[in-house]
Amino acid sequence: MDLQYKIIVGLEIHVHLATRTKIFCGCELAYGDTANTHTCPVCLGMPGSLPVMNKKALEYSILTGLALNCKIAPFTKWDRKSYYYPDLPKNYQISQYDLPFSEHGYIEIPLADGTTKKIRITRAHLEEDAGKNTHTLGNFSAIDLNRAGTPLLEIVTEPDMNSAEEVGALARELQRIVRYLGVSEADMQKGHMRFEPNINLHITRDGQIFKTPISEVKNLNSFRAVERSIAYEARRQYQEFVETGKTMQMGNKATYGWDDDNQMTVLQREKEEAHDYRYFPDPDLVPVKVDADWLGEIKSRLCELPSQMQQRFVSEYGLSNYDAGVLTADRATAGFFDKTVKLGATVKRVCNLLTQTGLKLAKEKGVPVDQLNITDEALADLAKMADVGDVSASAATTIFEMMAESGENPKKIAEEKNLIQKSDSGEIETLIDQVIAENPKAVEDAKNNPKKAKKSAGFLMGQVMQKSKGQANPKVVSQILNKKLNA
Amino acid sequence: MSNKIDEAQVQLVAKLSRLELTENEVSQFSTQLSAIFEYIEKLNELDTDNVEPLAHCLPVHNIFREDVPRPSLSNEMALANAPDREDEYFKVPKILDDNSGA
Repeated sequence: MDLQYKIIVGLEIHVHLATRTKIFCGCELAYGDTANTHTCPVCLGMPGSLPVMNKKALEYSILTGLALNCKIAPFTKWDRKSYYYPDLPKNYQISQYDLPFSEHGYIEIPLADGTTKKIRITRAHLEEDAGKNTHTLGNFSAIDLNRAGTPLLEIVTEPDMNSAEEVGALARELQRIVRYLGVSEADMQKGHMRFEPNINLHITRDGQIFKTPISEVKNLNSFRAVERSIAYEARRQYQEFVETGKTMQMGNKATYGWDDDNQMTVLQREKEEAHDYRYFPDPDLVPVKVDADWLGEIKSRLCELPSQMQQRFVSEYGLSNYDAGVLTADRATAGFFDKTVKLGATVKRVCNLLTQTGLKLAKEKGVPVDQLNITDEALADLAKMADVGDVSASAATTIFEMMAESGENPKKIAEEKNLIQKSDSGEIETLIDQVIAENPKAVEDAKNNPKKAKKSAGFLMGQVMQKSKGQANPKVVSQILNKKLNA
Repeated sequence: MSNKIDEAQVQLVAKLSRLELTENEVSQFSTQLSAIFEYIEKLNELDTDNVEPLAHCLPVHNIFREDVPRPSLSNEMALANAPDREDEYFKVPKILDDNSGA
């Protein structure tokens, strides 16, 4: 018998902040550099060294907290979380325990049916990342401490998500938000963003709800892995419940690792030993007070958020939600589009040029779309030329590509490359008259033979275009030709 | 008199601190830590109803540095005190997850 069940998921999220230096020392953050070349006595945990807070890391965190609708605490402090691990040289992690800088927010995620859902944020706090245990040498491990001390924003959500899709939507929305804010590169492959879902099921049997033991899943390096791990866990937990009837009790939360090669979760540890991190206030760091002035100043740096921008593109510009989503996937594209349209070009034209040609070029060159050597004015000019029929849609694409190469303005390129369409009706009429004179049979068919009318008119149209060497505006040609054939 | 910090607690703290203690030490620390604990408990006699919780003993807040890089140590310097190394890395006994990690 199939039992009804509901998937319950909460997330613990870690986001690397894109500061230049570490959170408590001046070592530069450099992903992929030679191991142990970005360390100092502070991040190596040398006795007598003292941490000093990176102001930008805190401001980036507060900015993110604001974007996630969190309450920002006027008073926050640093605590030591003690545990022993070779990639944690001090034997404690500087974190925030009872007074995190922000709490009680929410993030709105888009659902497949076009509506949105609010996922509550329990808290967000700032801490330092540990180093990296890079590879195993037989009975030994190798440690790289370049990453130790990277500012890490930990965001904890309420268990408000009920499907793999919702978790995927939250992950993508959060990535879009932190990238818009410029506070993180948020590249999952590089570990800038790590998602650890806590998953269980509420299964209904005989009118009673049974809660399965919670699984925490680690080692998820892509959005797809996050989604698949949840779908997998739901199936596994359902199966386990059917077979064993095991339900959630205190302390039977288990940790699983995602095995991407085999697309399955693997049990890492069954029963969490009662952790005792022996948190206590860090005496090396003084507390932080965020007054109204400072908070206001940080608030003023908030930009229009991606979901707001997407909604505005739909309501203000009449774009489809899909197009608006593609354009607002990153801030550079959204901003570039917005500016170009405000210069008077047609919405749909700019949208097509950017999504079909611009994004492809940007990807090839590995730059944001607003750094293709093309200004918003130049793009608006090109779009307007296509709008009035000076160039065809396909010529506009060609010109776009040439603009990215040379940085020239579209008019000059169009003239040099003979891409200007002729819309002069006198000139076109002369061509049409020639074609009509040269093809009496086709003209006859077009006029009086219903079976061949469409085909013959198309043929005549093609002849005119050929005579103009492809430069006549097809719209104008078809208008005049039709008039003459129907006369 | 039973100790405030019993031997099981001493063993747990020793484990969390990666210390290996002899049986004698466990019993000795149980007695000593209990005595220290009792002494500290004197503080509980103080009426703190109208005292704000203290987060830090210095009356100072908001000490920051700007986000400006400073030179780091060379790889050689960073590894100078390491008991063992492998190329540019610290070499440590293989990490076996014993549930104490975060």
